Amino acid sequence: MSEVFEKLALYFEYPFVRNALIVGVLISLCSSLLGVTLVLKRFSFIGDGLSHVAFGALAIATVLNVSNDMIVIMPVTILCAILLLKSSSNAKIKGDAALAMLSVGALAVGYLLLNVFSTSLNISGDICTTLFGSTSILTLSRSDVWISIVMSAAVIIIFLLFYNKIFAVTFDETFAAAVGIRAGAYNMLIAIVTAVIIVLAMNLVGSLLISALVIFPSLSAMRVYKSFRAVVICSAVLSVLCSAIGIIISILASTPVGSTIVIADIVTFGIFSAVGALTGRRRGA
Amino acid sequence: MAQFICRDVSLGYDGKVIAEHISFEINSGDYLCIVGENGSGKSTLVRAMLKLHEPMSGEITTGDGVLPTDIGYLPQQTEVQRDFPASVREIVLSGFTGHLGAKPFYSREQKVAAMRAMERLGIDSLARHCYRELSGGQQQRVLLARALCATKKILLLDEPAAGLDPKVTGEMYSLIENLNREDGITIIMVSHDIAAAIRYATHILHIGHKRNFFGTKEEYIKSEDGRAFISLSGEDVIRT
Repeated sequence: MSEVFEKLALYFEYPFVRNALIVGVLISLCSSLLGVTLVLKRFSFIGDGLSHVAFGALAIATVLNVSNDMIVIMPVTILCAILLLKSSSNAKIKGDAALAMLSVGALAVGYLLLNVFSTSLNISGDICTTLFGSTSILTLSRSDVWISIVMSAAVIIIFLLFYNKIFAVTFDETFAAAVGIRAGAYNMLIAIVTAVIIVLAMNLVGSLLISALVIFPSLSAMRVYKSFRAVVICSAVLSVLCSAIGIIISILASTPVGSTIVIADIVTFGIFSAVGALTGRRRGA
Repeated sequence: MAQFICRDVSLGYDGKVIAEHISFEINSGDYLCIVGENGSGKSTLVRAMLKLHEPMSGEITTGDGVLPTDIGYLPQQTEVQRDFPASVREIVLSGFTGHLGAKPFYSREQKVAAMRAMERLGIDSLARHCYRELSGGQQQRVLLARALCATKKILLLDEPAAGLDPKVTGEMYSLIENLNREDGITIIMVSHDIAAAIRYATHILHIGHKRNFFGTKEEYIKSEDGRAFISLSGEDVIRT
């Protein structure tokens, strides 16, 4: 056991490992906060679709050779989030179909662009990294870390300030609108914040695995807890723990970071489902 | 002065008229039931009264110190809500979101008032319970308590007895009757249940495909529309 700790201590002397942990924890905290709302509003798939859009935007940024690819990815993803939300209410193509189109479309275009224009020698390796985030969390630049910290702080502050209104809009949009809450504006806020989180999380788990960060912690928390606040808090704690554990295991066992985090989330979901089933049965009896 | 005035309102979607020439007035303490066949535009009228839907013509105004946001709304339950992890207290408190303005959190007075609303509806012992584990009747009481937090003037209830068994339905109706008689809250209720409408309401608005009726309950029972609709819904209605 002590060998493990020594190994960990050694690794934590490297700033890139500390950066990875800080950014990982912050991103998972943000994604779990919003995840509860997204899952309850039946918006889980928007997260998934947007992550593919982010991949497409990343491909464009790479091809254009932009110095900081966030400048391209962030606005494109936010724009798509807004478009998706607008289209889901009144459009000829229904929300879920529009989303599926956008997400596979972005994936295909992104892969094509990277394949044709990339100057890298290891194209499939690069793409694999982008999709599954294998190493990018460990190669964060100083500015990446700061962007993540500032954005995460903004997400957390927005969530806290609008917590009660987000709850009202999530639970009952019609009622909220009837008492004068601008439900449309809050949906927009939720979509924009989701887009920001997804772009940030791309570094951590890669674009194909982002939805896991968004949905697993909140679904686990919902199995056991019975109030919105408890679910939000529990899901934040779970998400942070799973990401920290995932990052540490991946360092020790040299496994891919993203998948390891997601597997930690899956295991937690299993445990919480079992606990929920057991306590539920006892109450029923 | 009337709390709520509808003047020659026409409703519809995408240029297609569903209901037209709807006119009525509601004064403080009235109990109005809105009845009519399925698809006659009852729910659209409700949305229009809440300013969630723009009427095609005519106007809907509030008066007597009532603002459009002073209406406590009890919507029909949605799919999302059935398995929503929220405590009763959280949901009742959310009735105050309209009063928050720029403030992020609820005040102490609002929390006390939410507790009072729960006591008024006999669900204070359920405050910490999970909404999705309650019975249908209890869930309706929770949503009614939330509506009471939003206003003390007008309650707009959309099919409050939908999906409830007869005993719970009766309890729900007498609860609403108490709010109307004892607390002086104006009630506007959309209902399929013509028997209940005639038993509890003071006024009836019947939205028909050909014409509408608005008047007191007594006028409605004597009217042609009323007699036709009541006889469709069963003979024993008037006696109950």
